[in-house]
Amino acid sequence: MFDWLKPPVLKLQDFVLLTGRAFFNLFRAPHYWDDVAVQMDIIGVGSVPIVSMIGFFSGAVITLQMSRALNQYGAQGEVGRIVSITLVRELGPVLTAIIVAGRNASGMASELGSMKVTEQIDAMRALGTDPTQKLVTPRLLATMFMLPILTIIADFIGLIGGYIVACVMLSLTTATTYWSTSYQVLEYNDVAQGLIKPVVFAIVIALVGCFYGLETTGGTQGVGRATTRAVVVASVWIFVLTFFIGKFFVQLG
Amino acid sequence: MAEISSEVLLRLDRVTVEFNDEPALREVTFELRKGETVVILGASGSGKTVLLKTAMGLISPSAGTVSLLGRSITGLRERDVMGLRGRMGVLFQEGGLFDSLTIEENVAYPLLNQKALECPAEEIRSRVEEALQFVELEHTLEKLPSELSGGMRRRVGIARAIVSHPEFLLYDSPTAGLDPITANTIMALIAKERDLRRTTTALATHRFQDGQLLANYYYNAKTQRLEPIGANGEAVDVRTRFVVMGEGRIVFEGSQEELERCQDTYVAKFSRRWKG
Repeated sequence: MFDWLKPPVLKLQDFVLLTGRAFFNLFRAPHYWDDVAVQMDIIGVGSVPIVSMIGFFSGAVITLQMSRALNQYGAQGEVGRIVSITLVRELGPVLTAIIVAGRNASGMASELGSMKVTEQIDAMRALGTDPTQKLVTPRLLATMFMLPILTIIADFIGLIGGYIVACVMLSLTTATTYWSTSYQVLEYNDVAQGLIKPVVFAIVIALVGCFYGLETTGGTQGVGRATTRAVVVASVWIFVLTFFIGKFFVQLG
Repeated sequence: MAEISSEVLLRLDRVTVEFNDEPALREVTFELRKGETVVILGASGSGKTVLLKTAMGLISPSAGTVSLLGRSITGLRERDVMGLRGRMGVLFQEGGLFDSLTIEENVAYPLLNQKALECPAEEIRSRVEEALQFVELEHTLEKLPSELSGGMRRRVGIARAIVSHPEFLLYDSPTAGLDPITANTIMALIAKERDLRRTTTALATHRFQDGQLLANYYYNAKTQRLEPIGANGEAVDVRTRFVVMGEGRIVFEGSQEELERCQDTYVAKFSRRWKG
């Protein structure tokens, strides 16, 4: 009767096991620091240009859209606060995570998927390496470390985008007011959720990407399927989790 | 040539393997004894690869037990099985080379990562060169697998399998997708490894001629070429056993003569096609 539940439950079990092993590996040797560094470069440094661009335009577009409403209420001076809160709490972490999911969850799924279908994962196990330790844990660590940094970069460049629209293009307020209000409005609560979100999203991106990669079957077509699934599932989870984390911090006050 | 011994290196006891409730192996009992050569014949999807991977502990059986080098590995943790895997060599179907590593790094991989091998760092380079010389690819150290042809990649795979001087070797369809000349080169290397180092060998293939070569030829170290067994009156014992698999079961087990005499339609396809 409940046979239809079996595949998703088994998949969830596999995912939980992979998550457990990936974290457990943080505390046991061997540690592949070289791989961590390589992944940090791919995920972190490689994403800086696109994350900066997305950050800049989201800051600019929020300012642009808010300018009319603020003008109506004569509250142009508040623009810095609005851009800052929106970016730090929500848009910075979510947009950065979506970009990194598109770039890196797909990259991880396709790389590990290709390795799986060409028997490189089996070869790794046969030749004395635990693929979770060698492939998953370094990607997890690197994403957990780099995504918060990328988010901070996106937030900051987003504020610059907002500044250019607000102060240079539309002259809504002065530079001093913009920067001081955008800085003063941020509370511990905002900064905390703005930094906890990327860490949680990083775990989702790395583990979902690696999970779908490692369970790839069916040749090159399977690699394509795994890549698509990884991006879709990671993106959906980012939106679901941002709601719950946001709800938690709203309740905290 | 090889010493006759009853020591069982590998044993599958009524092993069943299922993927999504579809059986890939059905109650298979299989043994590999020290000093023998086992040729596993079968069509694609008959379970040859699954059999070899289950034997290595890469696939967990849903029923039955697997013993590797005298130790049951069923239910054993991956870390504990890894030590045992260091004592065996394997060539995967497409070579299974790591495409982001150079040939040198690929061949050195087991020496660097198999703790049980305890290979001193200063010996690694010479061991890698020795293994690549064996397959006559010592000039490819710095190349990437993608720069080599399919046959060369398979030869690097052999070098990686033998670099640790394993007690036994598993070859998964080493000639699949290769032209006849390259396939013969690969088979000659497999016979050379078996006869020079006296390595116990299990070979999965769909080509009867691969098995026939291992059963009837040996590598003569003096002339450095393959010669028919018995041609020079030398006492050569390659003890070749044939196993035929079909739909996840072992449907035949016996010597070359028994295989050639077998009347079963499926089994006969593997011997008669070659003869015809």
